[in-house]
Amino acid sequence: MAVTPLLETRGLTKSFAGVCVLDHVDFTLRAGEIHALLGENGAGKSTLIKLVTGVVSRDAGTVLLDGAAVDLRSADAALSAGVATVYQEVNMLPNLSVAQNLFLGRQPTRFGFVRESEMRRRATVLLNEFGLDIDVAAPLGDYSVAVQQITAIARAVDMSARVLILDEPTASLDKHEVEILFAAMRQLAGRGIGIVFVTHFLDQVYAISDRITVLRNGRLVGERETAKLPRMELVHMMLGRELSEVTVARSHHVAGMAHPPYAVFRQFGKAGTIAPFDLELRSGEVVGLAGLLGSGRTETARLVFGADRADVGTATVDGRAARLHSPRDAVQLGFGYCPEERKTDGIVAELTVRENIVLALQARRGLLKPLSRREQDEIATRFIKLLDIRPADPERPIGLLSGGNQQKALLARWLAISPRLLILDEPTRGIDVGAHAEIIRLIRQLCADGLALLVISSELEEIVTYADQVIVLRERAHVTALTSDAINVTSILAAIAADLPRAA
Amino acid sequence: MALRLPRSGVPQVLAFLAILAINWTVSPQFFDIRLQDGRLFGSLIDVFNRGAPVALLSLGMVLVIATRGIDLSVGAVMAISGAIAASLADTHPLPVVLAAALGAGLLCGLWNGLLVAVLGIQPIVATLILMVAGRGIAQLITEGRIVTFTAPELVWFGGGSVLGIPAPVAITLGMLLVTLILVRGTALGLMIEATGGNARASALAGVGTTAMTMAVYVWCSLCAALAGIIAAADILGADANNAGLWLELDAILAVVIGGTSLFGGRFSLVYAVLGALIIQAMNTGILLSGFRPEFNLVVKAVVVLVVLLMQSPRLSGLGLLLSRVSK
Amino acid sequence: MIRMTLTGLLATALAGFACQVSAAQLTIGFSQIGSESGWRAAETSVSKSEAKKRNVNFKIADAQQKQENQIKAIRSFIAQKVDAIFLAPVVSTGWDAVLKEAQAAKIPVVLLDRDIDPSGKELYLTAVTSDSVHEGEVAGDWLAKTVGSKACNVVELQGTVGASVAANRKKGFDTAVAKHANLKVVRSQTGDFTRAKGKEVMESFIKAEGGGKNICAVYAHNDDMMVGAIQAMKEAGLKPGKDILTVSIDAVPDIFKAIAAGEANATVELTPDMAGPAFDAIIAWKDKGTVPPKWIQTESKLYTAADNPQKIYDSKKGLGY
Repeated sequence: MAVTPLLETRGLTKSFAGVCVLDHVDFTLRAGEIHALLGENGAGKSTLIKLVTGVVSRDAGTVLLDGAAVDLRSADAALSAGVATVYQEVNMLPNLSVAQNLFLGRQPTRFGFVRESEMRRRATVLLNEFGLDIDVAAPLGDYSVAVQQITAIARAVDMSARVLILDEPTASLDKHEVEILFAAMRQLAGRGIGIVFVTHFLDQVYAISDRITVLRNGRLVGERETAKLPRMELVHMMLGRELSEVTVARSHHVAGMAHPPYAVFRQFGKAGTIAPFDLELRSGEVVGLAGLLGSGRTETARLVFGADRADVGTATVDGRAARLHSPRDAVQLGFGYCPEERKTDGIVAELTVRENIVLALQARRGLLKPLSRREQDEIATRFIKLLDIRPADPERPIGLLSGGNQQKALLARWLAISPRLLILDEPTRGIDVGAHAEIIRLIRQLCADGLALLVISSELEEIVTYADQVIVLRERAHVTALTSDAINVTSILAAIAADLPRAA
Repeated sequence: MALRLPRSGVPQVLAFLAILAINWTVSPQFFDIRLQDGRLFGSLIDVFNRGAPVALLSLGMVLVIATRGIDLSVGAVMAISGAIAASLADTHPLPVVLAAALGAGLLCGLWNGLLVAVLGIQPIVATLILMVAGRGIAQLITEGRIVTFTAPELVWFGGGSVLGIPAPVAITLGMLLVTLILVRGTALGLMIEATGGNARASALAGVGTTAMTMAVYVWCSLCAALAGIIAAADILGADANNAGLWLELDAILAVVIGGTSLFGGRFSLVYAVLGALIIQAMNTGILLSGFRPEFNLVVKAVVVLVVLLMQSPRLSGLGLLLSRVSK
Repeated sequence: MIRMTLTGLLATALAGFACQVSAAQLTIGFSQIGSESGWRAAETSVSKSEAKKRNVNFKIADAQQKQENQIKAIRSFIAQKVDAIFLAPVVSTGWDAVLKEAQAAKIPVVLLDRDIDPSGKELYLTAVTSDSVHEGEVAGDWLAKTVGSKACNVVELQGTVGASVAANRKKGFDTAVAKHANLKVVRSQTGDFTRAKGKEVMESFIKAEGGGKNICAVYAHNDDMMVGAIQAMKEAGLKPGKDILTVSIDAVPDIFKAIAAGEANATVELTPDMAGPAFDAIIAWKDKGTVPPKWIQTESKLYTAADNPQKIYDSKKGLGY
């Protein structure tokens, strides 16, 4: 017998500025289940949530509640329809009391006056259901994030929410707090409430969820029962492509060990960010960093580039001890870094392509040795041609270029300083297929030209095509280094999944 | 943040010329210029002479705003440097007086820079501290009275002239040139625009954003200190209660009229100075017009609104649309 | 108009009498606004010396322009059981509650320099203030007398727009000038009570009126603006005091310097001695039960080159202007 699902989406589609971020996604939530929604950054999780709750309007597709199509236009409308969202950053008022937060806008009144004592009594009862016994008259901000989360959940449930969407609720919680939250979630599921749980902690997924939906690059990869999905397969769903695509012929050169490494990091680390690691980067070699989101890949890159300062360990460049306290130091050493977040960490949107390209070179030369306009034009034109940046107009503000061309301009920024080491964090993310291939070709070319490269990518089949060594990270530590023939998608996936708890 | 194409400066120049033309109609002798005691004399000269302090302030302010900051303390810094200069003028040689007054400006700039660049306090809050406390410091120096002086060397800064050009105008022109050389002759301008456009990205490109931010606040305070000396020299005394009062707002307005966005990034020194002149041309025009003083602020607000509307990207888009339709 | 003048001699005699009767020194608290201007500083220092003359134990609380500080100061004076309280109110409203407390404690309150909202009239003993309309009249009368029957174009430097003092000084001057057809105010602009703005406005007046040739006199709502205007005239090659007559209000030291140098003609004094008449009123009330009038108006004395300006400058210089 088919039970009508609580919440269902069919063919949900959304594009931003011509880029499709959600492509015909079907999603089903049943009453009383905890449903994990998984995927890497940019997979489309938050877009899916925003489309369901009406925060963002959809291009195509339908949303059904209890089998009936609904058209929610705002978070308020969603709430009155019974769909509540609780975000990682709790969206409440820390200066008001817990009770006031719970009943804000619907306080119990008598003759127009708020009945504070009645409100506190009801707040206490409500929170007791979630196993919380706290002073509800105290300001919400005095309590931990977990209590704030549960207060937000309790408010939503008390406002007769039947679908509860939790967007990374556990990101800033400790183990004990996670347990409190999970207990509350189980209790709600027991009452028949459907819960969508977004997270990137896989052990938590196995600990609490009944069902898993995985998205990748805006597409639905699949929906599985948690109990029947081995962890290895889950990781593969999140990171891998279809197996047929995986086997790509490549030649690893093993000769690298012959000449001394260009940069060596020994027991390099920063407390709370990344455990101390050893890393050797050689000219003409690509080292790939693989791991799940939050495993410490970007943290490694930032440490190597001096964007975060290491608190232990040593760095040696060209055989000499190197100071890496800031990106300035790194740039002086000949390091370049294309960060993952192009818009916030890479481009200066308002400045022209020319200015963006010469920025690092100029910073390295210092204020008193300005590049003349002619030199700037020459450099910009050369790289625009070399990397085929389109449109080929050095005076266009870079913010007006497509993602792929912005990425190429950022590469040009670093190539202009004639770098010795280039760090690329997700160089192909959010880039159309054509530019994608070009950037991979470029990575190979640079490597052949004798650059040392450190590349982070979630596209494992990409990494295996160019990396000479792949370091696998897990839980903010380097755990395995794979070389030569050991570099293939299967072994990387195995290394990533190795420590995950078995499905319950 | 809207992406803008490089500005042309046409709206600013047009606005300035239009206001001068209006001034000429309300006061036919507006463009009359003669020599008085070896110094150019006339209403047009007044525009430049009276506009000099705000123009100086806007030179520093435009750099601060380009880094996505703001400096509310410039009026108070003017009061401090003027108070110091006036107190020392009759008892110390000019180099000492200047060094003390500009030195005070330097310290003020370092203080603001420390709060903003090193401690990461929001610029509007950080500089508000000195805006409030600075005037108090100036009042302590003058003990609440107007400290007058007669030393001719310092008087020159207000009433002197270079080749007939009033000293405040000459000094401001000189500072504009120095700032242009400092900013556009080196890579500083690009670095400031990059820092203001995206500080995180610039830092990751190896730009020393902290030092950059520090430098612009110091320069801003130095310009303010110089403006304070001129303001004191102009009235032969330091009026700690009123010197530079609310001029920070005029300076910010001048920068905005000059087309630099409060969101930082692209900036123009010349148009910021032109912005200051637009404001002063308006003030002078109002004074010459014989309007009742109750209308001063209303007239000023309307003119500023018109100038800003002329620059609005949406409105220019609308204008383009209209011209197409009419064709 | 009621005026009250008490000679220093009488005051001393009364003070002596008071000593004999009560054998106790009077303690008076003064809630001063702050020290926002030179005049305010002078008022503070003059009130101190006037208190000393009369052997009054005088306590000054500086409110730094805040009414709540003034209310706190008055409450503290009440708690100290002072014999009288002087108040220079920073604003004209909001005093009812605290003045009722003083009344309940039977402590007389005297307002200095500024009045409060009319609803509070029964809450204070008397107010010692200057009449700023009258100040304007004195200035206008002097100009009319000096010019005689010849035609005279006057330019006016107003105080801050919206300030009651500026409005009153304008009103008084206009009233006086209206009686004489040969006097005409041709231009009037605000100079915000400051030297810098006074100078700037005067510069534009000079240019707008044929290089100053059409101007016969300047009237400024305060001396500071006039000092700026004098500079503007000099820089334009004019001789202030001769080519263009000047009359302004306040009688700050620097205007006497200008009068002594022949660059200014007249000033109307806003006396900083508000406390003196107040002391005398309190002493008379305490000793003899003399109820003072509700308003004690201070004298608006006119000073010109005939009044030995250099000597007045020297005596005023040390008062904190």
